[in-house]
Amino acid sequence: MDQKNLRDWEARCTQEEPPKCKARCPLHVDGREFCRLLQAGQIDKAWAVLCKTMPFPSITARICGGDCQSDCLRARKGGGIELAALERFAAENFKRSPMLRALPPKGKKIAIFGAFLPGLAAAWDLGKKGFTVTVFCEDKMQGFGNLPTDRISNEVIEKELAQLGKMNVSFAEHGKADPQTIMAACDSFDAVFVDPLTCSSTQLGMTEVDTATLQTSRDTLFASPEVNNSSLISLIALGRKGALSIERKLQNASLTAGRDREAPFKTKLFTNISKVEEVEPITVPGGGYSPEQAREEASRCLLCECMECVSNCAYLEEFKSYPKAYARQIYNNASIVMGTRMANTMINSCMLCGLCEKVCPENFAMQDIVLEARQDLVEKGHMPPSAHEFALRDMDFADSATCALVKHQPGTTRSKYVFFPGCQLSASAPGAIERTYVHLYSTLDGGTGLMLRCCGAPADWGGQKEIFERKMESLKRDWESLGHPQIIAACPTCIKILQQGLPEAEILTLWSALSSEVDQLKEHPETALLSLQDPCSARDNHELMNDVRLLLSGMNVTFNEPELSGSLTECCGFGGLLANANEPLSRKTAERRAEKLDHDGVTYCAMCRDMLAKAGKRCQHILDIIFPDGSDDPAGRIAPGYSTRRENRVRLKETLLRETWDEQPEPRNDYESMVVEFTAEARKMMEERRILLSDIQKTLHSVQESKQVLENMETGHLLVQFRPVTVTYWVEYEMNGASYLVHRVWSHRMRVLG
Amino acid sequence: MSTLKVLEEDFSAWKCVTCGHTLNPSPVELEYLDSKFNVELPACPDCGFVLIPEELALGKMAEVERMLEDK
Repeated sequence: MDQKNLRDWEARCTQEEPPKCKARCPLHVDGREFCRLLQAGQIDKAWAVLCKTMPFPSITARICGGDCQSDCLRARKGGGIELAALERFAAENFKRSPMLRALPPKGKKIAIFGAFLPGLAAAWDLGKKGFTVTVFCEDKMQGFGNLPTDRISNEVIEKELAQLGKMNVSFAEHGKADPQTIMAACDSFDAVFVDPLTCSSTQLGMTEVDTATLQTSRDTLFASPEVNNSSLISLIALGRKGALSIERKLQNASLTAGRDREAPFKTKLFTNISKVEEVEPITVPGGGYSPEQAREEASRCLLCECMECVSNCAYLEEFKSYPKAYARQIYNNASIVMGTRMANTMINSCMLCGLCEKVCPENFAMQDIVLEARQDLVEKGHMPPSAHEFALRDMDFADSATCALVKHQPGTTRSKYVFFPGCQLSASAPGAIERTYVHLYSTLDGGTGLMLRCCGAPADWGGQKEIFERKMESLKRDWESLGHPQIIAACPTCIKILQQGLPEAEILTLWSALSSEVDQLKEHPETALLSLQDPCSARDNHELMNDVRLLLSGMNVTFNEPELSGSLTECCGFGGLLANANEPLSRKTAERRAEKLDHDGVTYCAMCRDMLAKAGKRCQHILDIIFPDGSDDPAGRIAPGYSTRRENRVRLKETLLRETWDEQPEPRNDYESMVVEFTAEARKMMEERRILLSDIQKTLHSVQESKQVLENMETGHLLVQFRPVTVTYWVEYEMNGASYLVHRVWSHRMRVLG
Repeated sequence: MSTLKVLEEDFSAWKCVTCGHTLNPSPVELEYLDSKFNVELPACPDCGFVLIPEELALGKMAEVERMLEDK
């Protein structure tokens, strides 16, 4: 990601955009922050928010007409927030006001003609910034004196005028200035601002005025055409505009740059209010809100923010920020030469499921940035080895000779179709594959071959571009060796990967293939109402999602759709190798998804099935319904652990070779014949620590040669270690007759040099 | 480079079956991702076989591994 890409991504996330009230306010008062503090009862802090933006806040807060109320999102849910009344409440109830300190005098003199609201606002802003301001007027009460007296006492006015006096502002009450005097002042002052309520630019004879900056053809004279029907706040904003132009002018800065959002503007901030309940505003009593009423009214504020993706994603929520900030963190992570890459875990924890892109009004695709970041880490050799190694080893195992199989239908030499169940279905429910394959080759004409192997998704998810390319090449060779058959794929991830990586192949979903024979599939055990779990990899495959729904309906299986379903479905926690890089988050994601399914789940992804089952959710794979294995409770089937998953793949190949092709499988490795038993604690450790039965068998087997054994003289336990490649395994056991009883297992990556 | 003491516990209950000696705290060199450390760990005084106890492997050692992986 380069700087430009980063900016483009950042611009798409609207979370930092201002709320509607702030965008609409001519002074851009942060109504959301103000309400947030009032909700918490923090009146002084809320007041400080107003003081930050408003000139002479004790007056401005009392005269604000609440221009924002009609734009307020709450207007659609009961009525816009009574912000003007809340501001008045704060002005009348604060106990401490923040100290206002003007900058020391800069030595620049400004003349302001007129002491109406625009003139006084310009004087306030310029004086605060250290300009020496003289306000020429008939009477300094000109502007403030005409405001409603029931709201603004003389005491308040005097206090704000005194504050102006402390901020480099003085008044010269010499009567109304004529245009000649004003023009002459341009020679003796560094800049001049003319309050339009005293004298408009037209009256000054200035025909050309830039309304965006109020600059006239005399470049140190700032004035405005006549103003009509402006709200009081707009008049203040006009003075502020003139003051900012003068400041820029005297700093030799651009008068126009970055001012496109000075006037009220339309914010890009998106806020979902679909679940917000209507609440009526609290009626404003004549004397203003009481503290309780103010708090209640402020509590109606929705505190507008987007967070649409974050609130729908356990991953985005986990790292406590939002995509704009994440994009920056990822960019910074890639820029680190020496030091710690703090964002690695964040980068490796995304499920790459793409839900954020679907719910974001600007289609921010976190998965695209994250995948690119992973590829970059791999390319530069900075990918943490432990992040995905287990999954990549598992992929290689699925593609090894012990599990992989590429064959024509028994008794045939050509394949019109090939069944491609995917390596996770083989690991989860090998029996379902056997039954499905028999059905397919019995019902389809032209020969149906079988391919047992991995599609390469783990390499893709892990950012391993080279490995992924190699996987696709070998997959292509396997497919070509069968004579380019149509691929009947069961796994939604395989379907996605195959469609992208093998575009020359025609890919059918298993579900559409089965739909053609749906009448044969109607005899299945009765199912209660189920909740359909669409896998995240099916999100953009409407045909696939449709095939599944048609099949289920055709089989008279009734199901409902969870809150997030179809193209808005949620990942089960397996996607993007999350379970490898961040197991606790993966578990949390699975549990969160499980909660969304009202009834027992039904899905067409083996990993969704097993992840939900691991999270305690009863769930079936569709194949459990179509080709039941005769068990009483397929939805309650325990998700197999890592070692069982491997064993299932090996046995599937062995069984198919023996029973379908009448061939003898290759003999197993020597170490696999070792009889090993485990305590319950050891089994739990294996799963949590990702230590496989084969790792343990290899470790115990290796000792027969190395003879390096430790013995605990107190417990009698023996301890051995083995380092096949990058991980050292330790196995603590005792001999139980001829078999090994394993008590504890652990591993580390660090190497002992001696 | 000084030798770090990372273990408080006593591991003298463990003996090396081949050599028959109990394990003694000994200086050992460890390596991960091109970083090396000298650490005091229980080892056989004769053949030098080093024990990496479970709590070290899953605790401090795992922590250092993770840290080095992010470097």
